[in-house]
Amino acid sequence: MENSKSLKEKSLEIRKATLNLYRASAGFRLASSLSVVEILVALYYGDILKFNPKDPRDENRDRFIISKGHGSISFYPILADLGFFDKAELDRMSQPGSFLADIPDTRIPGYETINGALGHGLGVACGVAIALKRKESDAKVFVLISDGELYEGAVWEAIMFAGHHKLGNLNLIVDNNKRAMMGDCKEILDLEPVEEKFKVFNWRVKRVDGHDVEAVKIALEEFKKEDQKPKVLIADTIKGKGVPQLELDPMSHIKNLKEEEVLSALQNLC
Amino acid sequence: MLDLNQDAKTSLGGAAKAMRDVFINGLCERMKKNKRIFFLSADFGSPALDRLREEYADRFINVGIAEQNMINISAGLALEGFDVYAYAITPFITMRDYEQVRLHLAISSQIRPVNVNLIGVGAGLSYDVAGPTHHGLEDLAIMRLLPNMAVFSPSDWRLVEKFIDFSIENKSPKYLRFDSKPLPEIYENPDEVDLKKGFHELIKGEKIALVSTGYMTQTALAAAKAEGDVGLIDVFMLKPLDEDALSETLKKYDCLITIEEGFIGNGGLDGLILNVLADRGHCAKVKRMGFKDKYVFDLGGRKYLHRLNGLDEEGIIKEISLWKQ
Repeated sequence: MENSKSLKEKSLEIRKATLNLYRASAGFRLASSLSVVEILVALYYGDILKFNPKDPRDENRDRFIISKGHGSISFYPILADLGFFDKAELDRMSQPGSFLADIPDTRIPGYETINGALGHGLGVACGVAIALKRKESDAKVFVLISDGELYEGAVWEAIMFAGHHKLGNLNLIVDNNKRAMMGDCKEILDLEPVEEKFKVFNWRVKRVDGHDVEAVKIALEEFKKEDQKPKVLIADTIKGKGVPQLELDPMSHIKNLKEEEVLSALQNLC
Repeated sequence: MLDLNQDAKTSLGGAAKAMRDVFINGLCERMKKNKRIFFLSADFGSPALDRLREEYADRFINVGIAEQNMINISAGLALEGFDVYAYAITPFITMRDYEQVRLHLAISSQIRPVNVNLIGVGAGLSYDVAGPTHHGLEDLAIMRLLPNMAVFSPSDWRLVEKFIDFSIENKSPKYLRFDSKPLPEIYENPDEVDLKKGFHELIKGEKIALVSTGYMTQTALAAAKAEGDVGLIDVFMLKPLDEDALSETLKKYDCLITIEEGFIGNGGLDGLILNVLADRGHCAKVKRMGFKDKYVFDLGGRKYLHRLNGLDEEGIIKEISLWKQ
């Protein structure tokens, strides 16, 4: 963490870096990559996660599993900034020889699991959480999924499993941007009341404004103290946060921006 | 190499055991010393599993009727360095969770070691009277399709016993296709078998050879014994296997009959053999025996169903006779 910068300033920097990455390699899912910026910043710059860029597989690290892989490209500039890989790699994203694809994989230092097909990450995280308990490790598991992933049945298999097995070292963050690919979740299949659904599966639940990076940090800090139940943070976010054309479009998931729209967003971000 | 008299003795007189029980009992023995083994079940049991559950309750997990989650959990454990065994019946462990297997075992293991062993019990028509939902006729082809996935299809419990240590030592994903019924031993001396080679020429023949896998090697053995001059090649590992060595063995024969308890013409054992021949320019005549492109709704027991589909001993002998003509 660069102490000279607040988490809010860091979030702005990462959001701009993500837009610049989009200028260089348009095609990735920008809107859902923008909704998770404050979540990622809180985890990596807010002293929540233990990590080691020099040894990404350090046994003592916390495991961070991104299930919504397509919507996590804002993680690339964070990993580069922290030294997991050379920043020059960002300039050649999606080009021959690059390991940075539109959907990330485990060749990228800092990514723990294969993703891309939705609804898998939480189940894998359950396995990792059991493994860490077996090793008597203090390391925690954090998982990032989207609210749209809650449509996948396998996620509920994992939610039920984690609650039953009291996986207190497991922390889930739902990027609750309220939109899937074809529109608003409320219209497709209403997921609310999502907090109650987790509670009846024996999870501890918190809900915050997912763009209030300090609030996200505080909630996750509290999670680290609790060890008897799995925990979920419902982070209410806005899909395409920071780019008006994306924020307002129900189909923002697949919306492509023109160069001037990206430049305009970059100028207006604050 | 077995001689014909020995075949007769072992195939008819060898002790019959269930592959699942042999494997799980053997695994229990390894779990005493090897603390890194986990066993997961999607709510399927067996007498042998009762022992494992009791002795190693801290490393046994019944995930419930949730195969997709079982594979995800298995992958998470394996990524942390554990050796994992995931158990369900054949059609469910190969199809209900196919995407999880594809992502976290097949794709992921190309980058990081993932030692997850899928134990599918109920190969072919093992669960005969249960009907087509519980038959396993697609699994050989769809598991063979996945890069980085080993496909083990043993014909007797001796091979299964030998495979236990192999499965622990080789840190890659594997599919283990087990019969549900006790079957007699074929391999009296499994030390002679090289698992990495993937096949064993049980009987050397003259012009015609049967090429079989799994349960069908039991039937093929009886047919080959009856005919006398017919070879028998047991392909117990459809992937990976030593294709060059297999090719050298196949090219000794003019006519080959592939026999599998699965759909033919869709990438199972027959596809493997045809590929090996084609890639090396061999021109043997090949007859493919197995199930045609229809599910099996008939009832009446496995042997009866095999007879209906020409897969019994007489059916094989009939095909041999046609080649001889």
